[in-house]
Amino acid sequence: MQIIVTGALLGGTYALIALGLTLQYGAARIMNLANGETLVAACFVAFWLFTAMGVNPLLGMVLIAPVAFALNWLIYAWLLRPLVRRAKNRGMLEVDSILATFGLLFLLQGLMLLGFGGAYFSYKFLAEPFLILGEPYGLNRVVAFVAAVIVASLLYLFLYHTRQGTAVRAVAVDPASSRLVAIDVARTAAFAFALGGALTACGGTLLSTFYTFNASMGVIFTMKALIIVIMGGVGDVRGATLAALILGVTETAVASLIDPGLTLAANYALFVLVLLFRPQGILGRASA
Amino acid sequence: MSAATVLSVARARKAFGGLIAVNDVSFDVGEGELIGLIGPNGSGKTTMLNLISGALRPTSGEIRLAGTRISGLAPEKVARIGIARTFQLVRVLPSMTAIENVTAGAVFARNRLWGAPAQDFARGLLARMGLSGRESVPVAAMTYIDQKRVELARALAADPRLLLLDEWLAGLNPSELLLGIDLIRDISREGRTIIMVEHVMDAIRTLCSRCVVMNSGTMIANGAAASVLADPDVIRAYLGDDDA
Amino acid sequence: MMRLRRDELMVAGGGIAAIALLSLLPLFSDGFVLSFGVNLMLYVAMCTAWTLFSGPTRLVSLASAGFFGVGTYSVALGLDFLPFPVLIAIAAFVSAALAGLVGAATLRLSGVYFVIFTLGLAELIRQVVAWSQSRFAHKMGLYVFTDFTERDLYWMLLALTTLVFGVGWLINRSRLGFALRIIGDDETVARHVGIATARAKIVLFMASGAFLGIAGAIVAPRYAYIEPQAAFNPMISFLVVIMALLGGTRRLWGPLVGVIPFTIVMEFITARFPNHSSVVIGITFLAIVYLLPDGITGRIEGLRDRIRHRAAARNGIEAPEAIEEKAA
Repeated sequence: MQIIVTGALLGGTYALIALGLTLQYGAARIMNLANGETLVAACFVAFWLFTAMGVNPLLGMVLIAPVAFALNWLIYAWLLRPLVRRAKNRGMLEVDSILATFGLLFLLQGLMLLGFGGAYFSYKFLAEPFLILGEPYGLNRVVAFVAAVIVASLLYLFLYHTRQGTAVRAVAVDPASSRLVAIDVARTAAFAFALGGALTACGGTLLSTFYTFNASMGVIFTMKALIIVIMGGVGDVRGATLAALILGVTETAVASLIDPGLTLAANYALFVLVLLFRPQGILGRASA
Repeated sequence: MSAATVLSVARARKAFGGLIAVNDVSFDVGEGELIGLIGPNGSGKTTMLNLISGALRPTSGEIRLAGTRISGLAPEKVARIGIARTFQLVRVLPSMTAIENVTAGAVFARNRLWGAPAQDFARGLLARMGLSGRESVPVAAMTYIDQKRVELARALAADPRLLLLDEWLAGLNPSELLLGIDLIRDISREGRTIIMVEHVMDAIRTLCSRCVVMNSGTMIANGAAASVLADPDVIRAYLGDDDA
Repeated sequence: MMRLRRDELMVAGGGIAAIALLSLLPLFSDGFVLSFGVNLMLYVAMCTAWTLFSGPTRLVSLASAGFFGVGTYSVALGLDFLPFPVLIAIAAFVSAALAGLVGAATLRLSGVYFVIFTLGLAELIRQVVAWSQSRFAHKMGLYVFTDFTERDLYWMLLALTTLVFGVGWLINRSRLGFALRIIGDDETVARHVGIATARAKIVLFMASGAFLGIAGAIVAPRYAYIEPQAAFNPMISFLVVIMALLGGTRRLWGPLVGVIPFTIVMEFITARFPNHSSVVIGITFLAIVYLLPDGITGRIEGLRDRIRHRAAARNGIEAPEAIEEKAA
């Protein structure tokens, strides 16, 4: 039981990260392998804000998210838009965006390693126990979960109840047709990419409150996010959330019952199961 | 004279979510027949062809080629059992020459040719299409009609039991059309079993002994070309109520 | 398939001459140059093996370190029990099996699944190996002591490179090579002419993985002490990709052109600025994606085609068709 709750709490933060990638891949059609680096960068900034300036991470999130939005917008505009223009079809764009963001991954990770070294960092924030159904859980994890739920709900409201959000969803489904209904696809794609980056940064900020991080863990989180996105069905926000919870619980179960060193193996096992039996994802639409 | 049944389609159905593109269609094709599969746009003809070639899996129903079940098999398996096709928008292999394109049809199918025999065979087919001397021309540099010919040669290179032509006569000018019709007639005369999806009614009338008519996924007629084309239901499907 | 054409014979002859020349290197140098030569030969072998698959299929494999590490560990685990050649065979076999599993899971689906899967694969294997080491062996590292000298490694790697090129050349001339060209052009048509596309890709990936595993096995003696972190170092995967892309993956000998300059530059960088290597790699990667999408060889061939066309146009005749058989 404790495993399920801990896993679910973890899954909430994972969901936020995966939602960021969902937007970037689903709407902007960019497979952003550097997504994890945005997350790690957010961890470091939150750390610095808390330890050097005494800023509460939740408040820090409000500061970090817009900055991440702006930076990701720039990344899209300068780095990725030339590729979008150059690609003759979706397949080519995928290959190019994978390679470009791969290079970006190295660049960003290299810069962070230069700045912070390979050491592990963490900080104490709300590290008191919080009782749920009689069992103690870290208050920081609970708060992170609640914050993640709030952010995800805001996202949901945005996507399903605003014009801009509907434009994002339209572009995710069919950019060509979106153009026909007067949606500025280029701008919306950039917006979706930037928003995705902001979401991932939020996830990173929340993660840093209870997770020990270092400069080279970006790739692992990109993997987790990718697995969640595929499990949930590409572009499907609700599916991604469900998949994140499943991943969180599975990981925690494996870590507690088998070995904490095998969490990535657990992720991959889930991944393989999905690929073999339901490649379109739990809630995804099957392509003909 | 009972011709052997090459293709038997039994209550084939294909649903895309709520849209039923092919609705319990059944028909047979005998050896050596040249069948026209016609109907207005959106009637499900190409979907039906895709079900036969294995590009799509039927939601229910069965399709058999010379007794062997092919419905639900992957396209490469169906191809090896003996079905070859052309595509509505011509699909030639853009990085290759004409002869390489045609050879591609012969290497992996039933006949499994390779090397010099494959090349000679391909050369012969290209000559038949009127393309002799142009074997080494990259198909990307050819005209649309020539690309169509290459695609047809590629389909024939597989020595298929059943040849599927998806609107092969579309986009041809009147003189090309006459040549195209002659070509298909020749191929049919050799004994090749053919299903052709077409909109060009003159071609259907001239070439096909039998027609299967589809409308909105359902088969509405199956019989001799002349009578089918005069059938009021068929006319109504194409032209609407006023002209029936 | 066809009789050997004259230009193919020339390429083959040139290749044999090059191999003969290269094999003489250890006789004339020692120390640094030989060591550098081993590095070079290692990456030529690996990048070519990588291009064997990722070139024709345009599917980027980020898992090279996984196969390399499997090869290294095959030697490290079995050195006390089995002769070296047998270990090489085991390395090839296990790597091929691993590639087969990965391929079976991902190559039936859209290409992006394959890339994602390979992204974390080396890390996954590393974790599993580290876990089993700590669980069953109670120590992280394994010792590898052999009598092999740098010279021996050099010659073995040269032999491996020759083998990879040989196999690549044979595949190009075979049905499989033809099938891969067709798949590259139009996968739907490929399936409709009877090509089992998934199986073709899986077989090719298995060959590529096997060669990478052999490379890892051959250089295991170099380390003396094998740890999961070193054997499955993600940097290996990335260096393989970047050098292959730099050289150009449309030709099997493309990576050869990329390995040499890049290795030289990297030696320089790691000597002067050891902490900046990631940044340099990142920038190089981006530069390749934007400026040299088909690598150096792609750029050279593009120029050559343009010159040819311009010359023909000037002479008022139709440009000669570029009917080059995709030679190894």
